Amino acid sequence: MQQDWINALVGGLIIGFAVSLMLYLNGRITGISGIIYGALNVPKNDMRWRFFFVAGLFFGGIFLKMYKPDLFSGGLSTNMWTVVIAGLLVGFGTVLGSGCTSGHGVCGISRLSPRSLIATILFISVGVVSVFIFKRIGIL
Amino acid sequence: MKNSVSALVVGFIFSVGLGISGMTQPQKVFGFLDIFGNWDPSLIFVMIGAIIVHFIAFRIIKKNQKPLFSNHWHVPTKNEITPALIIGSTLFGIGWGLGGYCPGPAIVSLASSEIRPIIFVISMICGMYLFKILDSKYKYKR
Repeated sequence: MQQDWINALVGGLIIGFAVSLMLYLNGRITGISGIIYGALNVPKNDMRWRFFFVAGLFFGGIFLKMYKPDLFSGGLSTNMWTVVIAGLLVGFGTVLGSGCTSGHGVCGISRLSPRSLIATILFISVGVVSVFIFKRIGIL
Repeated sequence: MKNSVSALVVGFIFSVGLGISGMTQPQKVFGFLDIFGNWDPSLIFVMIGAIIVHFIAFRIIKKNQKPLFSNHWHVPTKNEITPALIIGSTLFGIGWGLGGYCPGPAIVSLASSEIRPIIFVISMICGMYLFKILDSKYKYKR
């Protein structure tokens, strides 16, 4: 239990460093949903760094898989429809709401952006209510 | 090109941070959101850790005239609370509670060579495309 807290904090500090590096070097916020959506959307000259960023995420995943495969344990629901609907909601919702856990939850709150503060409070509390309901009706 | 290399490096570091923190394990996310059940609050420290670092770093970095590899800052300045922000964040919260993945950990988990993260990411991109199609028609104020 205590180890989980330490891991969470260390992971968080690393994430904070990565996000700050992105700001220092490229002048951008590290919002994953925005970076991916931009890659589907924007003019060509703004594309390449987005694909490189996603590639970095993926290579990081391969590194983790090699050295600590149990970081991917405790997977998603085995019901494929649940996975599909969750993915659709996350994709549509994060773009409509201009951000996700990284863009609003980390970058936005650090800037004290009122939009990000409200978005973060909302998606966490809605997540709490959702898990409560989905557990009661037997989806989770 | 410098922009792309730095994005690659940042992506890698970010990904390792996500993995260490526990965010790539949906069961931990369910535990974090399950306040009324068997609550596991540990993931709150991910946000606390990241915000402590970035809260300070943001203020130092923004004193520079411009970023190292760009001519200007690309930081959002909008302040208006729009219906899109509210509805979008609500839909995201439902999806997060249902799937246990937010966008970053979903991409990182593609490397786990499991089928479910792949299905999740494909669906997530379809959701974004759906927004793109609707947005080109209705021009949502985000």
